[in-house]
Amino acid sequence: MKTLIPFNYTLIVVAIGSALLGIISGALGTYAVLRRQSLLGDAISHAALPGIAIAFLLTGSKTPLILVLGAALAGWLGTLLILSIIKLTRIKYDSALALVLSTFFGCGLVLHTLIQRTGNANQAGLDTFLFGQAASLLERDVLTMGILGGIALLIMSLFWKELKLLVFDEAFATSIGLPVRALDILLTSLLTVAIVLGLQAVGAVLMSAMLVAPAVAARQWTDRLAHMVLLAALFGAIAGVSGTVISSSASRIPTGPTIVLCATVIVGFSIALAPNRGLVWHWVRQRKNKARMQRHGKTTFTAQEKLAERLATDRKLLESPQREGDLEA
Amino acid sequence: MAIHQLEIQLIAIVVAVACALPGVFLVLRRMTLMSDAISHAILPGIVLAFFLTESLSSPLLILAAAGTGVLTVLVVELLQRTKLVKADAAIGLTFPALFSIGVILISRFAGNVHLDMDAVLLGELAYAHLNRLEVFGINLGPVSLYVMGTILVLNLTFILLFYKELKVATFDASLAASLGFAPALIHYGLMTLVSITTVGAFDAVGSILVVALIAGPPATAYLITDSLARMLILSAILGSVNAVSGYWLAHLFDVSIAGAIATTTLLMFGIIFLGVPERGVIAIARRRHRQKLEFAQTMLVIHLLNHEGLPEAAQESQVSHLQEHLRWEGQFAAQIVRYALENRCVSQANGQLALTARGRGIAQEALVQ
Repeated sequence: MKTLIPFNYTLIVVAIGSALLGIISGALGTYAVLRRQSLLGDAISHAALPGIAIAFLLTGSKTPLILVLGAALAGWLGTLLILSIIKLTRIKYDSALALVLSTFFGCGLVLHTLIQRTGNANQAGLDTFLFGQAASLLERDVLTMGILGGIALLIMSLFWKELKLLVFDEAFATSIGLPVRALDILLTSLLTVAIVLGLQAVGAVLMSAMLVAPAVAARQWTDRLAHMVLLAALFGAIAGVSGTVISSSASRIPTGPTIVLCATVIVGFSIALAPNRGLVWHWVRQRKNKARMQRHGKTTFTAQEKLAERLATDRKLLESPQREGDLEA
Repeated sequence: MAIHQLEIQLIAIVVAVACALPGVFLVLRRMTLMSDAISHAILPGIVLAFFLTESLSSPLLILAAAGTGVLTVLVVELLQRTKLVKADAAIGLTFPALFSIGVILISRFAGNVHLDMDAVLLGELAYAHLNRLEVFGINLGPVSLYVMGTILVLNLTFILLFYKELKVATFDASLAASLGFAPALIHYGLMTLVSITTVGAFDAVGSILVVALIAGPPATAYLITDSLARMLILSAILGSVNAVSGYWLAHLFDVSIAGAIATTTLLMFGIIFLGVPERGVIAIARRRHRQKLEFAQTMLVIHLLNHEGLPEAAQESQVSHLQEHLRWEGQFAAQIVRYALENRCVSQANGQLALTARGRGIAQEALVQ
């Protein structure tokens, strides 16, 4: 067995790219998870396909920035359609999401076969869109990722207070005059940026996991938003790097799915072991309580009875003068 | 129309109807995303079963993969029950993980199996008729037609047999529980059906577009009707129409059939979403516009009635005065006056408005209310 993983230049670039993706999607995914919109990412990433195809059909170029722009536009359009469907009809969020996700993807597929048929040698690969190709990340891509992701994170921290309020108490945010709808659109746009950046690395199908998994894992360890965002970014980065390293250590293990599985392992670990919330702690606490109940069963019971009795007499004492007062009044 | 074209369309219709029927209950029970989860999560099941059977349409493969689908539902519910993860996040965690396992399995053993990733995800209806069922050398037609036909019959039987139970459990889960129907049993029965249908359909349309067939027609039908029975029938019809028109769209532009069916599903939804009477976007916009005019007209006649017969009436009833008194923009005021004139609520002479009997009636009625 090889003891050393070949840390060559390509691997380092890919690892940095995956780590960046993990940081960006982890941090922004936190908001999606807290707002119970975990699957919005899935919808946006699928809805991006027609955007990529149209951008390619119009410009004929495969420049990442143009494709990213097309994808973002389509993803954004899909989100707006979902929002207007649930606002204007009685169709619920889940159906609107599933409808937009699948039919936009279908449109993208149609456009893609159209491109294929024209026999353009420079066609955008559908496989790459679906599963990503982290191994093909170039320095240029990582740079784009870093800059755009950095901007997104910067905007997130600039609107920190407002977004926090939007997530936890939308009604209050509205009542103090915050432009809730604009903030909602801002958050969705940031999410779209994160998703589109991730398409190249992990692909459309698995992108939603990159948003959800780090955030869910982080949620188990803390009750504070700031900690959760930082932890989610950290978990995302760990999943990105470890997934890249594992997939490069053996042949024919695709990077994207490995990253997702690493993130899932982190979630499993967190759900089981996180202090206070973790399942194991919960179980231990339950057992302790049970043991204590068995040991002090009788006394606890009588003590409770005593307490109940005292409370009842106290209440009578408290209530009697009041009633007289009421009568006088 | 060649015979294979007819066969492809027939397969498309059968797949669409088989998907739409359970889809109705998913849409009504707000569990549509479960179909998305199932359709992705069955991948490892398909791959493992494919290693054993080496055929995509073997019954064993369908059962094994459907088992994975039900397993997914179980895992999602277990995760939810820990109360550490919300329902949507539980779905978003489970299916990518299972899907990843499937992808890794395929690429690890890609050399040994002839399982194309694209075929699983995107399907190809155009080749669905190539795999024929032959018994004693007699050609009985495409295998997938039989597979999906069986699944369609299964779905129909389940829905017809448990129609009442499904209905009560969908619209009033606690009533269903108190009546002694087992909601969990109905739930898992439905989920098993969805899994089986998804597995059967992915061969033809792939695992992403199967969601369009499950969610699209029922969501469209939901905009049109209020009755469950009608919604089921309408979904089946809409699904078939989408399938056939999608086929011809694909034929015309020489593109992916499954993609074209999803596109027609979106178009159909869009048309109904915009144009359906009463609930469509256009109808809503028109109703709002009319209500706005009606309300403004009522304001106008009340205003006129207030000053009718009083010394200031001559000044108050001038059209130009409305801008100041009712705070209306000039254009809007002109529009309302025109509207009121058309409705014969007011009459106009020398720039002065006067109430007609009808207008006075409307104003008095509005004031009494």
